[in-house]
Amino acid sequence: MTVTNYIKLEFPSFSSNESFARAAAAGFAAQLDPTLDELGDIKTSVSEAVTNCIVHAYPDSIGTISMRLRILDGEKLEIVIRDKGRGIADLQQAMLPMYTTGGEERSGMGFTIMESFMDKLKVKSTPGKGTTVTMLRTIRQRRGFR
Amino acid sequence: MKIASEYSDGRLTVFLAGELDHHSAKTAVDGIADSIDRYLPRDLVLDLTQLGFMDSSGIAVIVRSYKKMRSAGGRMYIENPQTQPLKVLDASGIDRMIPIAAKREVTT
Repeated sequence: MTVTNYIKLEFPSFSSNESFARAAAAGFAAQLDPTLDELGDIKTSVSEAVTNCIVHAYPDSIGTISMRLRILDGEKLEIVIRDKGRGIADLQQAMLPMYTTGGEERSGMGFTIMESFMDKLKVKSTPGKGTTVTMLRTIRQRRGFR
Repeated sequence: MKIASEYSDGRLTVFLAGELDHHSAKTAVDGIADSIDRYLPRDLVLDLTQLGFMDSSGIAVIVRSYKKMRSAGGRMYIENPQTQPLKVLDASGIDRMIPIAAKREVTT
């Protein structure tokens, strides 16, 4: 595995940073020449992961969210979104479609969407310490337009 | 997030424009609920022609609006979602509750 390029960002868990995070991810991913659909998938998944940090990791305070994007082997986009918040006690339950602790303001579809829009999703969480979400998406090189 | 609405003949159309995420969800929920309370429509149409982005927060907004309409005996439809919002709608399976249609052409 070769890391061809990367960015690291840190921002406070203000909900106004949701649109910034997905725009930044899309801007970085653009060098892989993704299709509009692929860009949409990346923006959606980043939005879900960052929203989880804001709503669930730091429910009553403002904490730091870090986002690292890497390009691996010139064609894979790796997205790592990390918080140092509350953590998830029961990951299996948290990842079930429609399950949420967020009440009627949340749909419980965040992890389901990340899972179906990305090639790989890995979630690591320690209660009281924080959560790390790692996502991987291969951007296929299109022929004839390079 | 911008919201506009239009009412005629028992049919309320709410137009959502911009990006619908957790940050803008409250504006959308409140805007839709206010319009429903004002017009008490038989049908609610959510027109997504101008909505460039939506994540799962939008699903929660739609489900809440649907419940509000249903509790008053009304119906709800989603019209003309762009590619990205449509993919999120599809992933949520919401079309089992709410019909999703491409915009009807205006006939003269």
